Amino acid sequence: MRLFRMISACCLLWAAQASAGLEKFDFSGNVDEDRYKELIAEIRCLVCQNQSLADSDAELAHDLRQEVYELMDKGQDNPQIVDFLVYRYGDFVLYNPPLKPSTYWLWYGPFALLVLGIIMLIKTVRQRGKQTDTGFSAQEQTRLDKVLGKDGDDSV
Amino acid sequence: MPRFVRYLTPLVAFLALAGLLFKGLSLDPRKVPSPLIDKPAPAFSLTRLKEPEVVLSNADFKGKVTLFNVWATWCVACRSEHPVLMQLARTGKVAIYGLNYKDEREAAKQWLVRFGDPYVANAFDADGRVGIDWGVYGTPETFIVDQQGVIRHKHIGPLTQEIVRDEILPLVQQLEATSG
Repeated sequence: MRLFRMISACCLLWAAQASAGLEKFDFSGNVDEDRYKELIAEIRCLVCQNQSLADSDAELAHDLRQEVYELMDKGQDNPQIVDFLVYRYGDFVLYNPPLKPSTYWLWYGPFALLVLGIIMLIKTVRQRGKQTDTGFSAQEQTRLDKVLGKDGDDSV
Repeated sequence: MPRFVRYLTPLVAFLALAGLLFKGLSLDPRKVPSPLIDKPAPAFSLTRLKEPEVVLSNADFKGKVTLFNVWATWCVACRSEHPVLMQLARTGKVAIYGLNYKDEREAAKQWLVRFGDPYVANAFDADGRVGIDWGVYGTPETFIVDQQGVIRHKHIGPLTQEIVRDEILPLVQQLEATSG
């Protein structure tokens, strides 16, 4: 898809100059700089999806940083700002997806697989413990014992 | 555990995983479902592109099914979408409104003169604030808003004849039928 390729190319271009792109905000007033930086690092830029708002130099990321700054300036707390963004863009803007029925697989799936794996491991180990049959015939066993020197008879 | 179950389990597990991954191949990660579907269209009030002294707001959408198209002159894909909108406008089957997103007024007006104007009217969103309220993250995007002003559908990326025929028009007809 041409659109996709173009956007990828733009993302790469933007990434190259990303460090230069961050706008300067005035943190002397209401807005705590550390809180601002922490918040924009947790929000995904929907244009360059593998970048956070803090990293992205996409046009939309500029606008959203401005928006986040202004909301903070108005005295909104982090959950309120996150709600503002999620209402518009969905859970996808969050790097840390919320726990709810549609994300149960995401959160509990790996643990379910881990438990399944442990159960299978225990079963397999127990089964092996019970196995006495080595799979060798009597003749092969005798030869093997000889090779290993268990027999003590070196004459053959 | 019967022997065939033991042997089939890995096969079934493999096929399930393969099926999941195969489905993933056909998904476009850029198409993020909008949380605004089935919610009232975000309120806005902007100047019209061609008549800066007249306001266009979502009140103008009331009472009819509306196609709300987000576009800009700097958007390459919008250019390829434009003939599709022109053709749709000619059929008169749905009212097409536009959100001219983060654009320059003169450039946008010239574009409409040059390529034709499929829009009933355009809202001029210079700073992209209304775009943010509508969850716009890439142009072009197209919303279908019903008579009650509720967003029913969002298409991300350029519209094509096929999409208009298979998705947009059937939905418009269905929405028009439900209100009577």
